[in-house]
Amino acid sequence: MKVAVIQFPGSNCDLDTLHVLNDIMKIRADLVWHRCEDLSGYDGVVLPGGFSYGDRLRGGIIAAHSPIMREVKRMAKDGYPVLGICNGFQILVEAGLLSGALLRNSSLKFVCKWVNLSVVSLRSIFTNDLKRYSLLKMPIAHNEGRYFIEEGDLKELYDMDQIVLKYVDGDGRATDEANPNGSMDNIAGICNTEGNVLGLMPHPERASERILSPFGSDDGRSIFTSMIEYMRRR
Amino acid sequence: MKTYLVKVVIENKASARDPEGETILKDLLIKGGYDQIRVVRTAKLLKMWVDAETGEDAKEITSKLCDELRVYNPVAHTCSISLDGE
Repeated sequence: MKVAVIQFPGSNCDLDTLHVLNDIMKIRADLVWHRCEDLSGYDGVVLPGGFSYGDRLRGGIIAAHSPIMREVKRMAKDGYPVLGICNGFQILVEAGLLSGALLRNSSLKFVCKWVNLSVVSLRSIFTNDLKRYSLLKMPIAHNEGRYFIEEGDLKELYDMDQIVLKYVDGDGRATDEANPNGSMDNIAGICNTEGNVLGLMPHPERASERILSPFGSDDGRSIFTSMIEYMRRR
Repeated sequence: MKTYLVKVVIENKASARDPEGETILKDLLIKGGYDQIRVVRTAKLLKMWVDAETGEDAKEITSKLCDELRVYNPVAHTCSISLDGE
């Protein structure tokens, strides 16, 4: 069982993600350059955070045209787990694997802080080992994370149970104060209709070791644990 | 064959907030005494010099590439294309 961590020019969370998969989760993960055109032999793929192509034009759009994305789309279609973290989420949206758009934060500032997240759907294979409405602490670090979608399409996301994570306060309430970037309905992460593609702005790879968390938590691990369990069952 | 200057303007749809435009309006224009201004919307301008037989052809090539390569995100943006001087 092995996972590909895709490196784009400007990725900067690739090594953190590789470390967590290899050293914390104890599964094999390889760095794969974005010009590679073959992911056969891999059981899952992660698009890590960073600033691919310096966010030129807008976050994720140029990387979405990389040769590797044909393979990422094939894996998504074939039911393999595809995880996009931060810039990886932006790339999945721009590649059409997830719906919506990630606009500039409403504060017009880069926001870097720990947030509370509520697991609002267990539909995704990345959260189906968690309890609904459980709270996770993870950091965010982005400039373009304001999730936007037209009202009609938002309803469809709710109807299909595709909204996976929301920004919440310590009591699990999705308030304006708990919303760090102006995302519609406090949305922090969504999945595709099949549940095997997840994009999220928070960084689970930065929250997978207690020593790295100001709260002594390792909540990010749960995302990877669920992903690995799914790969084992496949 | 001539070279035409084509302008591509990408902006958030009216249903997507434009906090930069709101700040310019509230904290620069109105505070600066220009309370006749009702709304400001910011946008991204791409200028492309396009080789084509006619201006219409240049616009058509530009429109095609904007759709095909997703130069704008149709979920959140509108995209308008015009020839320089139009």
